[in-house]
Order: sequence, then structure tokens, then C-alpha cells
Amino acid sequence: MATSFSATLPLHGSQENRLLLPPIRLAPPPSSFLGFTRSLTIPSSRRLYHAHAARRSPVVGVQEVVKEKKVTNSLLITKEEGLVLYEDMILGRSFEDMCAQMYYRGKMFGFVHLYNGQEAVSTGFIKLLTQSDSVVSTYRDHVHALSKGVSARAVMSELFGKVTGCCRGQGGSMHMFSKEHNMLGGFAFIGEGIPVATGAAFTSKYKREVLKQDCEDVTVAFFGDGTCNNGQFYECLNMAALYKLPIIFVVENNLWAIGMSHLRSTSDPEIWKKGPAFGMPGVHVDGMDVLKVREVAKEAVTRARRGEGPTLVECETYRFRGHSLADPDELRDAAEKAKYAARDPITALKKYLVENKLASEGELKTIEKKIDELVEEAVEFADASPQPGRSQLLENVFADPKGFGIGPDGRYRCEDPKFTQGTAQV
Amino acid sequence: MASLLSRFCRKLALPGSAHGSRMTSTTACGSETVKSLNLYSAINQALHIALETDPRSYVFGEDVGFGGVFRCTTGLAERFGKNRVFNTPLCEQGIVGFGIGLAAMGNRAVVEIQVADYIYPAFDQIVNEAAKFRYRSGNQFNCGGLTIRAPYGAVGHGGHYHSQSPEAFFCHVPGIKVVIPRSPREAKGLLLSSIRDPNPVVFFEPKWLYRQAVEEVPEHDYMIPLSQAEIIREGSDITLVGWGAQLTVMEQACLDAEKEGISCELIDLKTLLPWDKETVEASVKKTGRLLISHEAPITGGFGAEISATILERCFLKLEAPVSRVCGLDTPFPLVFEPFYMPTKNKASSSSSLSSPSKTHIF
Repeated sequence: MATSFSATLPLHGSQENRLLLPPIRLAPPPSSFLGFTRSLTIPSSRRLYHAHAARRSPVVGVQEVVKEKKVTNSLLITKEEGLVLYEDMILGRSFEDMCAQMYYRGKMFGFVHLYNGQEAVSTGFIKLLTQSDSVVSTYRDHVHALSKGVSARAVMSELFGKVTGCCRGQGGSMHMFSKEHNMLGGFAFIGEGIPVATGAAFTSKYKREVLKQDCEDVTVAFFGDGTCNNGQFYECLNMAALYKLPIIFVVENNLWAIGMSHLRSTSDPEIWKKGPAFGMPGVHVDGMDVLKVREVAKEAVTRARRGEGPTLVECETYRFRGHSLADPDELRDAAEKAKYAARDPITALKKYLVENKLASEGELKTIEKKIDELVEEAVEFADASPQPGRSQLLENVFADPKGFGIGPDGRYRCEDPKFTQGTAQV
Repeated sequence: MASLLSRFCRKLALPGSAHGSRMTSTTACGSETVKSLNLYSAINQALHIALETDPRSYVFGEDVGFGGVFRCTTGLAERFGKNRVFNTPLCEQGIVGFGIGLAAMGNRAVVEIQVADYIYPAFDQIVNEAAKFRYRSGNQFNCGGLTIRAPYGAVGHGGHYHSQSPEAFFCHVPGIKVVIPRSPREAKGLLLSSIRDPNPVVFFEPKWLYRQAVEEVPEHDYMIPLSQAEIIREGSDITLVGWGAQLTVMEQACLDAEKEGISCELIDLKTLLPWDKETVEASVKKTGRLLISHEAPITGGFGAEISATILERCFLKLEAPVSRVCGLDTPFPLVFEPFYMPTKNKASSSSSLSSPSKTHIF
């Protein structure tokens, strides 16, 4: 399933002036990206780092190759893997639908951004990671947290602002952190997480190469198409390639940045091309198909674990709901929405599992039921949890657990009643 | 506090809009038509007028094409065309820098930063370029045509990154002006003045009031002078100084104080940089007490500048220390917002306002 871009976009003047080469779609030689039947030990060629070298090789879009492979009848996943993927995507979808219900009932407030439709990207990448690998996300982070292993209870309580939430209610929807699962957060500000991810990746490389510890941790940074016009993105691509960091930059290109169409705001909308410009492979994949995403992710993660450096993966995906629950979603064409709704990743995986006799409808239904109960239980737990105490307001501003240190009278400053009135001397 | 403000912000209840004892320096002509508008509609009208009267003015920013996430730019793209009203990609630093370039070539650039919390990537361009352009080119170039509009302030559910008040950072930069309106009528006049002012202006709009505040706004083109504070309520016992949405809270505190016999004088600064020192000084010399209130955290907030200046000028006339009722020194919280905000109760119970008699010396 080729991308919608390649057919409709005019090539820019600068490209036309070049030689008669076809549009450059950097893909490594077939041997390394086809993963499953060929050996992965062939190191990714140094050619990948030099765009001019890549022009010499016949290039082929990754998804087309993967599609061919599917036709030659080798299954991409085992039954266990398939059920794990299915369960994760169903969890993401049910959780987000429950969030919408709770929001409209007034149980949570603030800005909530739902991930419906993009589950394949989160499941495809994060289910390949270990607990010690790090994930950095955006404000659309509930499902990334869930895929990484943060419990649905913790995420729901955080949304309700309760003290049992993963950040004790401090962060809310857009700031899901988990030390245990190495979820380095939700970031409300676009692009702010990418430098943080780059630094985290440096840590694992340092541990391995300088401290000689056994560390193969990678970092995956998720962000959207709008972020690809932001300076921080480019700065980090440069640093990651320069230092050869074990990081994967995953662009969830859902074509819309609130109300701004990606095609109208970017000079060259094919984001994967920006990878080779910085010296790393750039790959485009159909983000509505979890199996394709998983294949690309496997290769990218393996590259990173081997110490071969970063990868930029552009996933073409779509969000079924508006930008946030406050967005009336009037700007997007109904035909476009229908087109992507027909490519619902959950339906596609279900079809694949049933057709290839990996699972029966009954088994899948059991999973759905189990997830429904899990999500409902999460809501009950969140409802029953207490709100944070008022003193939590002043904690964690500084390292000192009580926030503002000790005042001249020997007591913690924040215990001074005048402090919370805003009129005490700090 | 949310219910407090929503009760308060119904029509005609804005500070200074329907009180008997006040002075006004707005130049609205009495016989012109007025219309009841909320804040975003008033800003929208101002932008329409600005683009109409100057063919070399442009409005751009994130999502302004369809009207903006707060609807301040509705109708502009349809009326003036995509060449003058256009969406930019998501890069605040690029957007403001681009605006500086346009302004340096003699155009008027009205830049929208979607939310003031996102203005920090552009901070470098504003401080290092916009503020210093005229100065370091020896007046050969200037970016006076630049106006940066950003919604600021708490909104009840904004959390860390949709509620900040960054005005203090910008007040520390010589070379730019910082303007904050308190109501729809003020916003329209001040925005037109800011756009036409020959200096770069950062214009913060209180986002809480976008829909909540409704006022009679004249439909014609009018400007309210910058750097002139307005006394919106006269009194003799204590001076209260504020700006933006905080004035509605302070007005409530004034009403409460009046029940206890304290007569309060409420001043809207309007322009924070350069601010009207004379008006505040004259008022404090009359009353002898000063209370400043703002949503931003107390340490290093703009209240500190006002306090220091007034102390220098009016030390011998002051009967009590200058009091500041501000946000706490924490990042803007999510669930704790009601505890963080400087509410009217905090203002009323502060040392200055709670003293019953004028002769009580601290």
C-alpha cells in the first residue's frame, strides 16, 4: 500500500533540476530490511550514510517489499505474538474510548488527546522493547504508556488527578511518566521530548562503550508531523547521527497538526527523506498495519542495539478523533476520514489472525471482554482513589522533598500558613 | 474560584464598565454604534480594522487560517486573502524571527503565538533581535511593525503548559513594550495602538476572558494610548494595582473590603513596559498603601518592580509595607490550581487590606 504522497505531490523545482534519477527513497539493500527469512547479521551497509552512494543502488520502498513477502506465504508472527499485539491494541482503543466517556461526564478535565486509529504504531514499536528501554512521547501519550507496561489503573487515576496516578496526579493527561517502565514522559510542548530522548540514548551508549556495562538499551522517540518543522527535531537528528546514538525517531504522520494540513505546511512532506540528509536511514511505512510497522521496528531496534546508530521511521497513520476532546474536528474531509477508517489497524489484524488460522473469533472476543473489564476496573479504582493532599502542591519544586527548604524558625517553609496564601516571605 | 469568576464575569460586571465613581481615559465617542462583544470578537474586530487600514500588514501564526484555536482570527483569511493571512509551520522561533524580518522591511507583522507558554523558543529572537534592532543599527532599521499576540493566564484546566503568565520575563527587556488588556473594549483599542506603535510590542491576552468577558465595544476604529494606567475605581485607603484577568478578582476583593469600610483605589496598568509610574505614585501618595496582584509566581514577578519603584519614590508616604498577592513559587499546577491562584480571599486577608483603620501602623 503505497503512500498517498507519492502519487499526488509535485516534485519541487530543485528535484527536477537534478538528473533523471527517480525520487530518492533510501532503503538499505534488501538483505537487511526483510528481517524474518534472511539473516540479520549482515551489517547495514556504510552506504546508508552516504546519500550519493544510495542513489547508485536500485531502491525500493520498504512496504512494497514487505508486501511481496506476505504474498509468498510466510507468516509474520506466531500465535502468541499475534494475541499479544491484538490485546495491546484493543487495550489502547478501549482505554481511549473510556477516556472520552469519562471526559464528557466531567470526571477528568483539562486537555485530553486521544490516540484512536494510531494503535499500530505504538504496539508495533513498543512491544519489541524491554522494560529498560526508554520511550519518549508527546501529549498523545496514554497508549504509549499502556503499551510500555504502565497499568491502566495508574494511567486512569492520573487522568482523574488522583494521588494513585503514575505521577501522583501532578501531570495529568499530557505527562505520563514511569520510572519503573522507563517511560520518560508525555510532553505538552511539541518537539520538547526529542532532545530528552537523545540524551537518554547517549546514556545507554556511554554505559556500554565507556563504562563497559552490558547495556543494550535503546530509546524510541515518538512525535508527529508538525514537529518535523520544528528546529529541535533537526538539531537532534544531527546530534544522534553525529554521536551514533541508539535511538529511533518515530514520526506518527497523521497528516494534521490541529487544523494545519501537513501537505500545506511542509516544503517536502516526505519526512523519511530527512533522515539521509543527516546521515541516517529514513524509512516510510504504512502505520495502519501493525505487522509492517513491527517489521520495520525490528530492524531499526536491532540496528540501534548493535550500535549502528539512529533511524528515522515515518509511519503514515491517522487519528480517528479530533486533535483533542475539545476539537470539533470540522476541518478534515469526510472522505479522507472514511478512507482511513476502512484501514482500521485492529480490524486488519483481526482479519489477518483469523484468515491465517492463528486465532479464532472466540479467542479474540475473550480478549476484548477481558480488556473491557480491565478498563472498567481501572475507572472504579480511579474513582475510589483519594485526591492529593494540599501539601503536595509545594513538593517537588526542588530536590528537597518539602520543596522550599527550612525557614528561619526551623520549620519547613511550606508549613508556614502564610506560605499558601502567597504572602509569606520565601 | 471558578464559580466566583463566572458569577462575576457576566455582562456589565467588568471592572470599570458600569461604575459610578471612576475615571476613564478611553477615547470612545459616545455617539458611535457599540456592540456587545466578547474578548475574542473584539480582538477579531481590531485585526480586521488593522488589516483594512494598512495594506502592508500581515497576520500569521499557527492555525490562524481557519480562525485560530481561540477564534481570534476568524474571517481574516477569507477577507484579506491567503497572501496576507496565512498559517505557518510549528516553529515559534522561526515565526517570530520571520516577523522581525518582515517588520524590518517596513511591514506590519501581527504574529500569533498559539499559547503564551509556547513563546519560549521565540524568546531568543524577541530579546536578542526584536528588542535591539533599532538600537544596534543606529536607527537605520527597526522592527516597530512587529506585534506578537499570545493568550496568557489561567483558564481553570490548563495545567502546566496552557496557563502560564510570562509577562515578567519580557518586562526585563529594554526595547520592547508589553501590553495586557483587561476587557474587550480595552483589548480592541490597545491592540490597534500596539499594532500602530513604532516599537515591537508583546500583547498578552487573558485567555480566561475570551468568552467570559462581554462588554459594549464601539465599532469604529479607536486607539487607547499605551503607557497610561487607568484608575478604574477611586478610593482613599489603599491602592491596588493589577492587569488583565486578575482585575476581576481584585474588584471582588475591593467590594468585600468596602463592606468593612475600607475604600479601595483600583488601577489597571495596561502597559507593563514602559509602565505609568506617575499615576501609581500619585495614587499611593494619596492612600499610603499599595497592594499588587498577579497570577505569575511571586518571586521575580512584575510586582517586585512596581514595589521597588514605589518604595523609592513614596517611601515617606507609605504607611505599610507594599503587599504582593501572587501565585506561588511552583510550576503552574493542574489539580491544585485553586490553591495556587491569588484569589480574592488571599487578597482580602493580606496584611494591607485586612487592617480596619487607616491609622494602623506596621
